Formats: sequence, C-alpha cells, structure tokens
Amino acid sequence: MSDTKTTTTTTERAPAVYVPSAEALATVLAPGARPPRPSALGASITFGWRAMLKIKHVPEQLFDVTAFPIIMVLMFTYLFGGALAGSPRDYLQFFLPGIMVTSVVMITMYTGVGLNTDIEKGIFDRFRTLPVWRPAALVGMIFGDVLRYILAALVILGLGLVLGFRPEGGALGVAAGIGLLVIFSFAFSWVWTFFGLILRSEKSVMGVSMMVLFPLTFLSNVFVEPSTMPGWLQAFVKVNPVTQLVAAIRGAMSGESDPSATMWLLLWSAGFVLVFGTLTMYKYNRR
Amino acid sequence: MSRRTTGLAIEAEGLTRSFGDTRALAGIDLQVPAGTVYGLLGPNGAGKTTAVRVLATLLRPDGGSARVFGHDVVTEADKVRSRVSLTGQYASVDEDLTGTENLVLLARLLGLRKPAARDRAAALLAAFGLTEASDRQVKKYSGGMRRRIDIAASILNTPDLLFLDEPTTGLDPRSRNQVWEIVRAVVSHGTTVLLTTQYLDEADQLAGRIAVVDHGRVIAEGTPGELKSSIGSGTVHLRLRDPGQRPDAERVLREALGVPVQLAADPVALTARVGEAGTDLDASAQAARVLSDLARAGIVVDNFSLGQPSLDEVFLALTDHPAVPTDERDDELEAAR
Repeated sequence: MSDTKTTTTTTERAPAVYVPSAEALATVLAPGARPPRPSALGASITFGWRAMLKIKHVPEQLFDVTAFPIIMVLMFTYLFGGALAGSPRDYLQFFLPGIMVTSVVMITMYTGVGLNTDIEKGIFDRFRTLPVWRPAALVGMIFGDVLRYILAALVILGLGLVLGFRPEGGALGVAAGIGLLVIFSFAFSWVWTFFGLILRSEKSVMGVSMMVLFPLTFLSNVFVEPSTMPGWLQAFVKVNPVTQLVAAIRGAMSGESDPSATMWLLLWSAGFVLVFGTLTMYKYNRR
Repeated sequence: MSRRTTGLAIEAEGLTRSFGDTRALAGIDLQVPAGTVYGLLGPNGAGKTTAVRVLATLLRPDGGSARVFGHDVVTEADKVRSRVSLTGQYASVDEDLTGTENLVLLARLLGLRKPAARDRAAALLAAFGLTEASDRQVKKYSGGMRRRIDIAASILNTPDLLFLDEPTTGLDPRSRNQVWEIVRAVVSHGTTVLLTTQYLDEADQLAGRIAVVDHGRVIAEGTPGELKSSIGSGTVHLRLRDPGQRPDAERVLREALGVPVQLAADPVALTARVGEAGTDLDASAQAARVLSDLARAGIVVDNFSLGQPSLDEVFLALTDHPAVPTDERDDELEAAR
C-alpha cells in the first residue's frame, strides 16, 4: 500500500514552467525564404494525410465502415433471402452488389458531417487563410473518405464471400465493380460537402442526408427487381442514379458488363462533381 | 526586410457587414502602420472578430474596401493570404492531431518538403516550450499550451501580418504573460500584429495604437496615452479610515475639483478625475489641494494615489456604458455566423 504511494509521488513531477525566451523565439522568427506554393494535387494529398491521421487517433470512426455494413448484409440477406429468392445464398448472388452500394452511399454523408464539425470547431478558418489551391481541403477530406469507402466495400465483399457469394466476373470484375462504386461515391460526396457548408449543425446535416438517402437507396433495384413494382415507382427507380450504379456493378461482378448503365453512372458522377462541386466551392469561398 | 516594416499594413475604409438584421460592422476605418502592434479594443459583440475575419479574407464585406500591404482583401485575396496568418478565437489547430502533426501538416501546406517541415515543427515546438507535449493530441493540452501551439502554427511561415483574435481570453495570468512575451518577440522581428481584446490593460501593455470599437464603429483611435489624456490627465484614488466620513470627503472633492466623484463598491474608497481640460491647475497641484482640503476637514486618509486613468474609465467616458457586455449581441452574432 505504502509502496504504491511512494512510487506515484516520485514519478509524478510538476511540469516545467514555460518561460518564453527571446533567443529561442528569435531562431524561429527569422524570416526564411518562402518555399514555392504546393501543387493542387500535393495540397489535396496533404489534406488526405490529415484524414489518415484522424483515423489513426480516433479509430472508433471506422465503426460505421465496418460494423454497419456487416449488420446491413446479415440483416437483409436473412430477412429477405428466403422469401425473395428461395434461400439466403441464392439471394446473395443478386443482393450483394446492391447492399454494397447502399452501405457505401449511406456512409458518404459522413463527409458532410465531418466538414460541418470542422467548420464548427474553427479549424477551417486556418485552412481558408492558407495560400493553397482552394478546393484542396475539401478534396483531401474526400480522398480520406474514399479510403473508408474502399474499406467498407472490402468488408462487405469478404463477408459476402464467406456467406456464399460467388461472382462470375472473377477478381477483375469485382475490382472493376468496386472501382465504379468508388468513382460514384467520390462524386456523390460533393452533395454532402455542400450541405455540410450550408446547414447550421451536424444534426441538421444528418437529418437532411437521411431524407435523401433512404428513398435513394431503397427506391432502387437494390433489394428487388423493379419489374415487380407499380409503374409510377418504376419510373422513379429507372432514373435513380443508384439503380444505374447497382446495374453497372452487378454487370461488372457477374462478368456481363452493362455499358449503358456504366455510361449513365459516369454521367451522373460527372454531373454531381460539376454541380455540387461548383456549389460547394461557391459557398466555401463566400462563407 | 524593409518591405515588412514600412508603410501601412492595413488600410480599411467604411467596411460594413451585416448578419441578417444585426449590423456587425457599421463602417470601420482603420490605418495600421506596419511593424507595430495595433489593438482593436471593445466589448463582446462590438464587431472586432468580424473586422478581423474580413481583413483575413474569411468574410466578404458588404460595403467599403480594405487593403493589406496594398492588396485588396476581396479581389487579391490570394496575395493577402500569402502574407497573413490568423489565430482565431476558437481552435485553429486540429484537436485530434498531435502538436507535431499539426505543425508538419501546415508546413507541408505552405510548401515545405517533409524533412524541412519536420525540422521547422521541431524548432517551433522547442521555442514554444512544447517539445515534451509534441506527441500528445492537442485536445489534451492545457489552455496556455493550446494558445501557444495556435500561435506557433500561425508563425510557421513568418507572416508579415499576424491576426490575434482575443489571444488571452480565458487564460490564467501566467499563460497570459507568456502570450504577451511571445507577441512582443513576434513584433520585434518585423511582423505587424493586429490584436483584438476586451482587456483594457492588454491593449495598454502591448499596442502602440488602439482603436476603440463599439457597435461596429471605431469610436476613438490613438496611442494609449492619447486616449487616456483625451479624458483628463489623471485620477485620484482615495481610501478613508472611517466609512462614515465618505459623504464629507465626497463633498470636499467635488468642491475642490469641480468634477463628479465616483464612489467605489468598497465603502471607504472614492475616485475622481483631475487635470481635466479647462481647469487652471495641473493634476499634481489639484491632487495636493485635495489632500490639504481633506486634512482641514478632519478626514483621515489611509491611502492616496494619483495615476493615469485606466482604459476602463476611457471606455466609460467614450461610450457612456462600461466595457462590460450588457446585452446578448455576441450570441446573436455567433448564431448568424
């Protein structure tokens, strides 16, 4: 008892008081030559590195790209599998690309939530006074998120393989499918950077994203074939970009590529970057 | 580095900015000489932070114009950004990252290569007494350490102009003195500092010139000495032995000086201004007269001092309201952001 007491008192040491020294400060205040401004890509990658560091320090944030997709896959495979395809294993052949899209598209909203939090805390004030390519902070942030998307996709793929998913397209087809998913998710993240900038709080960003994401992911070909739906719903499902995305990925993973869906998906992606990227930068510069 | 220390660092004319119905800036004019510490002094909600955000290119003004080292803050924002740094009132470093990571990140963004960025970060951490804490997350830092890493991050690129928005709000006296020492060192190396504060003694301690801001306008401008002398050259502070004699003492003072006498919360203390413009005697002669009048009236004085008026008194005289926030404007402004 007394032993522990002595140890704590001897190891605890009052922190040394900092006394600003003119000489020490002089060494860091001497104006050096200004290094050249980093390239747009270089600055974006540096901001991406920040996202990596945040994952390193707060690994809990990976919960939504690991546990959440696992729950989604298990829940829907066993809930619908028997009724819709005779067995969960048969359903999985159809369903896995769809649930991969649903999970990853859903976690894109964290881009908006993260941005909103950063702005709230004040750190973006510093980033915005740096003489770097303006979109770099946002692009870098989304680079970090892309890594999370890939991780989520791999977790789902791994679990799918364990449960009996057998993609005919082989490794190449699966990689192409995940590639398309990452392209779309990168583009779609710009929707959330925009909402992250215009909405007041993290909670309102969450609220808006749920309102957009639920209809977008459920009113699609993710869970069932659209041919079973009433006509008016089919009309929406057909134009829904998530439908095109799922069709393109199913095609790639099954080895029978769907060029029309792939083209639509790429057009949608370009559109999201163009429209919401521009809106985001407009808001970002004028906040 | 003559470019850093000559001419005007900031020229602003008629800056206005509103948030909804709240007029945060109602026409601010500023001329900040390069190489000095310039203080923006005012209560919460006076518009200091908004002014800094406009000058640091974070916010566009609704009207008026401002130039930083000759560059317009709206049309040449990028040129301004390459010469200024901002330490905001809130976190301007990433709390989740360590001290080293924060500084390396910013150094890389300013164009340093990895080894140079690491060296720069280590040198700054050492100069700011943060070497031991360099691998700890910033959220685990104390208030004083937080401020130091904020300022270290701001001088990574040795800016020509440094904005410090309320750098000592919420700090204990020792940390406050450390920040003051750092500010003095920064300015002695040629960086211009624009400092906002609601602490009058802070502006007095650090700033070569002060603009007093209230309700989005500059209501007075000058050196601390000029501001003080504009309302009289001094103040007498008296402490009596017997609180019962205070009414008599007040009368004696009023008759001797012809000015209103302030009764402090302390029942034995009184304060009055001396050396007002228009009186025939100077401050010390008036003070001597007060003392002899009090002695003649049989009032025992325990403590007597003659000093310059504090900036608190200046603020009271300029605005008819004390420098203590009395309304909720600041919260409204926050919400409007």
